[in-house]
Amino acid sequence: MMLRLALATLTRRRARTALTTAGVAVAAAMLLDMVMLGSGMRESFRGFIEQQGFQLRLTPRGTMPFDTEATVGGASALVATLKADPDVVRVAPVLGTKGFVQRAGTDSVIAAFVLGVDPAVQGDYLIAEGREIAAPDEMIVNAAWLSSTGYSVGDTVALAVGYEPQVRRLRGVRSVRIVGRGRFVMLAGGERAAALPIATVQTMGGDERRDRVSVVLVATRAGVDIEVVRARIERADPRLSALSTTAALRFVDERLSYFRQLAFILASVSLAVGFLLVTTLVTVSVNERVGEIAVMRAIGVARWRIVAQVMAEGVVLSGVGATLGLGLGLVTARWLNGILASFPGLPAAFDFFLFEPSAAFRSLGLIVLCGIAAGVWPAWRAATLPIARTLREEAVA
Amino acid sequence: MTARALVLAARDVRRDYPVAGEQVHAVRGLSLDVHEGEWVAIVGPSGCGKSTLLNLLGAIDRPSGGSIAIRGKDVARMGDAEATRFRLTGIGFVFQRFYLMPTLTASENVELPMSEANMPRAEREARAKELLRYVGLGERAGHRPFQLSGGEQQRVAIARALANRPALLLADEPTGELDARTGTEMIALLDRLNRDGTTIVTVTHDEELASAARRVVHMRDGAIVDDVTVRPLDAASAAGAPTPPAADRAR
Repeated sequence: MMLRLALATLTRRRARTALTTAGVAVAAAMLLDMVMLGSGMRESFRGFIEQQGFQLRLTPRGTMPFDTEATVGGASALVATLKADPDVVRVAPVLGTKGFVQRAGTDSVIAAFVLGVDPAVQGDYLIAEGREIAAPDEMIVNAAWLSSTGYSVGDTVALAVGYEPQVRRLRGVRSVRIVGRGRFVMLAGGERAAALPIATVQTMGGDERRDRVSVVLVATRAGVDIEVVRARIERADPRLSALSTTAALRFVDERLSYFRQLAFILASVSLAVGFLLVTTLVTVSVNERVGEIAVMRAIGVARWRIVAQVMAEGVVLSGVGATLGLGLGLVTARWLNGILASFPGLPAAFDFFLFEPSAAFRSLGLIVLCGIAAGVWPAWRAATLPIARTLREEAVA
Repeated sequence: MTARALVLAARDVRRDYPVAGEQVHAVRGLSLDVHEGEWVAIVGPSGCGKSTLLNLLGAIDRPSGGSIAIRGKDVARMGDAEATRFRLTGIGFVFQRFYLMPTLTASENVELPMSEANMPRAEREARAKELLRYVGLGERAGHRPFQLSGGEQQRVAIARALANRPALLLADEPTGELDARTGTEMIALLDRLNRDGTTIVTVTHDEELASAARRVVHMRDGAIVDDVTVRPLDAASAAGAPTPPAADRAR
């Protein structure tokens, strides 16, 4: 009967209840989005680097992967040394450079990011169409590259690794065949990219690129202490910085700390807004019904039942709001993700808002807890109304 | 009269409360006995302490001094939980402004105290139906308060007050919000209730209501100044009629 009264009280002023529920839903959606944003980028990044299956990234000392154009010489010897390490199971050298190609049927030159990889162990792209590179003069490109250049999978193109714009001359030109279209996981959506065998890219780059490498990805044996391997590699070759997955995540964490702080603040604001909305509505509702409540107490309704009834109103409001907020939050997260993912320089497949059921339900649980807390003050006020005085004042009113 | 059980025994009851920094003596050392089957009308000018006295008798306010026993239980010494339980099962309240729950139907309003007393659903539905029929609203059980006239709402309030078979029915200006014709109907209903055995104490300004009561207690300045028995109890009510309230009284 008390729950029925609580529900009936909420439906008594339908428009007001609907507006408050909508407000709670917006607050819940924002909270959910902020929770998703807080962990999404980190988890998304973790997904990327773990998906590649390498635990260590070796770069020229003091640099991050592809932060600069710095390279390390003696790549063959370095790869051989690493492969000889009993704790290492896989080594994937990568050489990054710029590549140029003339747009099909025109003389305009299109630039792209070119990766020299070992196709057998690479972790930079996933084949979406065609096949993997199987010969030195074969190439995988991404959709942006194809749409910019006007070529298709199967075409043979003249690819260069140098371009002198003043004289419009391409350097290090080589005829390569496009054998597949790939999704380059670490590149931005609009960024043009191509991948060739690393030996081909080294050769095309001449002396400048011969036997050089930008990054070496290393996969270690299961169960091995990665930090030990990392330290050993750095000691053995002082030209290198070795970055473990854990360190990379820590590095990303540091870079994303502002994002997380912002998300935390906005999430707290959402909670506060939800709390205030519910408190306000339930308090107003109690204030409107002091006469009824005093009569209920007078006819023998126990205090705790009044408390339960008022708090049930808060719980229902926040529960319904949180449920609606879940849907709203997912829709807005998707929309915002689309906007943020198109930021230049960010991987296209990067998820800013990562839906984790446990985190989502925790945050929605928080909104419901807020609803419970929001009912405490009005419930206490309702339960402690002085019956006789309230009835007298109501009669006078 | 003396053979009848004492339902209410108030002794030297006082109620003082502060108003704007001054102590107001709303009830000053008042004593009152009410026996089973009586209908007592408390009358007097506004501010003489009638409603305060009714609140004290109904255990919704505490006296500053003295004792109030209802069926031998000292309600003045009860804690909140005990007083609440006592109000639920021992007292029936009827208010001037009806105070029905606007979101519940007439039947649900009558069921509310029974639900609070954990009466099984089927039993309370049957009793609510019986009580509404008794007050002449058998056909309007599914109506909400806003669909009922003032007189009908007050009838529902009376049915609600009788729900848990109280020892005493307290009514505060039960005709105060009703027009003359509906007020007369209400008085007739109270009279029927009393004839069927319900012990009633009403506070009223309504002379017609006061004249219908068996006993009229006049108050002035927080004290009883006159106590007149107008109609002594008759044999029929003493025996108790087989209507729901009479059956309640016998319980």
